[in-house]
Amino acid sequence: MKYEAVIGLEVHAQLLTDSKIFCSCSTQFGAPPNSHVCPVCLGMPGVLPVLNKQVVNFAMKMALATHCRINPFSVFARKNYFYPDLPKGYQISQYEHPLAEDGWVEIEINGGKKRIGIIRIHMEEDAGKLIHDPYKPVSYVDFNRTGVPLIEIVSKPDIRSPEEAVAYLKKLRSILRYLEICDGNMEEGSFRCDANVSVRPLGSEKFGTRTELKNMNSFKHVQRALAYEIERQISVLEEGDVVVQETRLWDEAKGVTRSMRGKEEAHDYRYFPDPDLVPVEIDSEWIEEIRQTLPELPDEKKERFIKEYQLPPYDAEVLTSSKELAHYFEAVVSACHNPKMASNWVMSELLGRLNQDKRDITECPIAPEALGELIQLITKGTISGKIGKTVFEEMYETGASATEIVKKKGLVQITDEGVLREIAQKIIETHPKEAEQYKAGKEKLLGFFVGQMMKETKGKANPQLANKIFKELLKG
Amino acid sequence: MKISRQEVAHVARLARLSFSEDEMELFTNQLNQILLYMEKLNEIDTQNIKPTYHALELTNVLREDKVGPSLPPERVLSNAPAENKDMFVVPRIIR
Ligand SMILES: [Zn+2]
Repeated sequence: MKYEAVIGLEVHAQLLTDSKIFCSCSTQFGAPPNSHVCPVCLGMPGVLPVLNKQVVNFAMKMALATHCRINPFSVFARKNYFYPDLPKGYQISQYEHPLAEDGWVEIEINGGKKRIGIIRIHMEEDAGKLIHDPYKPVSYVDFNRTGVPLIEIVSKPDIRSPEEAVAYLKKLRSILRYLEICDGNMEEGSFRCDANVSVRPLGSEKFGTRTELKNMNSFKHVQRALAYEIERQISVLEEGDVVVQETRLWDEAKGVTRSMRGKEEAHDYRYFPDPDLVPVEIDSEWIEEIRQTLPELPDEKKERFIKEYQLPPYDAEVLTSSKELAHYFEAVVSACHNPKMASNWVMSELLGRLNQDKRDITECPIAPEALGELIQLITKGTISGKIGKTVFEEMYETGASATEIVKKKGLVQITDEGVLREIAQKIIETHPKEAEQYKAGKEKLLGFFVGQMMKETKGKANPQLANKIFKELLKG
Repeated sequence: MKISRQEVAHVARLARLSFSEDEMELFTNQLNQILLYMEKLNEIDTQNIKPTYHALELTNVLREDKVGPSLPPERVLSNAPAENKDMFVVPRIIR
């Protein structure tokens, strides 16, 4: 039987506010343990949490960017459970009346577009951090993260494959980073994802029993964990068994998901409105105010790149995947006035080189204007494209400008036809056999001659000119 | 009966409380009496009344995103039954 996977994702994004959601403690990452805590975030009796306005602003930005409806009235609720990283015995979250509902984002999959629905976006506080002792049966608790603002983004079960899940996550992360409301760091946990997964016979309308997957700390983990879990559920069904509804943890080292027994009852959260916090009312004026602050978002930028620079959709998608990369590309274009060349050089040479060094575009040692200058040297014919790659490598290593390198190393392209013709004559004389074969009709050998020319001139010969000269001289 | 003995046991377990047989009996009865009394509220017609989410009629009590002082670590940990390197020490829950 053919099966189909049904996946829904819950994403937690830490918001880049300076202070916590309900108190004025700092949200700074990596501070000494328990140095950013106060009676409010420690859950001492008698304290009163007060909502950080910036959290609402940031959450509204994401809601608008993902086409959600912002509710005019939203309420904080207590989610009750016991766990040592939660000092109050409940997490302040939203339940019945979330901030926003019913949106979507668009993903690109197999060359086509697909909309993934968003059920809701709500605000909540993060929990503390537990460090488990490797030898003793104890854990250590650091409450610095307690009360750091989060938004939870819950997708509809519209996702059908691990690839779609990753595309959706990358899109969400890109939007959050464009909005500058979350740094999207999966390893440090500022962007986290849990997945609900089930399988059903292809064509069936009914959902199968789902499991919840946790502990996936990178896009690769998400991809592998989902692929594994889908296969696991299919083989359970094929063997005539039933899938058990449970929480499973991804074990990256072993490449398996395993059951987290004994957490079933934890889903009885007994939500109720938090009497410490008054409701949030949002009018259209506030929404408009936030809408005005929205930057050009990835999808819009991509469309503009396709139109304005005549880029293929794939190139536009890659170049707009982060705000910084898009900005870099546009700076190269305005320096060289050649979008196609700019796109080629950024996409293949630059990103390839950065990737090799595991560097981000923000750590790029070549300024966009400098890359633009290099491209101009090529388009003007001062150097060949091949030499351009050597110059690029030197620019990347030393930070010198393309013009400087070309001058210093004498890399200027030879376009003097007389000089090239002389060299071509010599090459033909020293390769009489190949010359005969060429004249006898083996025209593929033209490449060989041009190659010899490049060798002779250390790559400086103008390739078009070299082609032309050999064709003429070998005419017979 | 508004609440069964099993439900009381379940709620107790969620709250990490354990009771003797006699206490279970006693609390089940008491909770039933309380819930029966609360039933009275259902006599009121609330058809056209908006639910109350807060005792105060205030909305949008908000603070600016400004960092203020936190507590010094020794005060944070002054009530901790056990501590180590400025962290609270608790029994391990998972695995
Ligand atoms: Zn605090």
